[in-house]
Amino acid sequence: MTQTAASTYVYVTYIRTTVERLWTVLTTPELLRPSWYDMTLETDWKAGSPWLLRFPDGRVADTGEVLEIDPPRRLVLSWRNEFMPELKAEGFARCTLELEAVAGAVKLTVIHTMDRAGSLFIEKVAGGWPRILSNLKSYLETGEVLLKP
Amino acid sequence: MDDENLLFRALADPARRTLLDRLHAHNGQTLAGLSQGFAMTRQAIAKHLAVLEQANLVATRRQGREKLHYLNPVPIHEIAERWIGKFERPLLGALADLKRSLEGERP
Repeated sequence: MTQTAASTYVYVTYIRTTVERLWTVLTTPELLRPSWYDMTLETDWKAGSPWLLRFPDGRVADTGEVLEIDPPRRLVLSWRNEFMPELKAEGFARCTLELEAVAGAVKLTVIHTMDRAGSLFIEKVAGGWPRILSNLKSYLETGEVLLKP
Repeated sequence: MDDENLLFRALADPARRTLLDRLHAHNGQTLAGLSQGFAMTRQAIAKHLAVLEQANLVATRRQGREKLHYLNPVPIHEIAERWIGKFERPLLGALADLKRSLEGERP
């Protein structure tokens, strides 16, 4: 069986919007917050800059670095969990977001990968991404997040 | 055919559900890897994978010369959200944990 020594999940959703609008929502903390468990994202979106996600109560959830940014199509982040010691111990994962215009919609692909087999972190985020992507879809298509965390 | 029909039609076939199970166990496999131990031709499996990809249940990525297949959990999540209200979810989670622990799996 072909297996690489990495843990990877790929998430794909189609959203009826434009790449520019989706990019704006993804990179504007106030617009992203309703889709993202009410967390706040802090960064200046420059390649090499740090980023962090904060819980509503102020605790830091995740941190990393902006590795690549190519508006409005591609964003690559390093990513480490900060609030669960066993996940933090795995170190930095890599998250790639790709936006691609398709007929009347945008194909959003999220690839979250960790250079080790059986990563607990990658398993844990596998529960979160589908909800965040569904939220982004409802937010952009209807203006509302139907599914609160 | 609309997206929802594609999705349920894709899930209606037992061979396709087995392919999803295999990707769930080991995500990111090639067609050759997925074909091992299947009493089906590689061509037939490639057709099933194409149906799954069209329904957005499988996403593919190129890695060098290899095409890797990944289970995309987003549509499954949307099916669950459609019929499971937010008030029922914690209870169902608890029931699922109970079932897993009774059946001997780690919760």
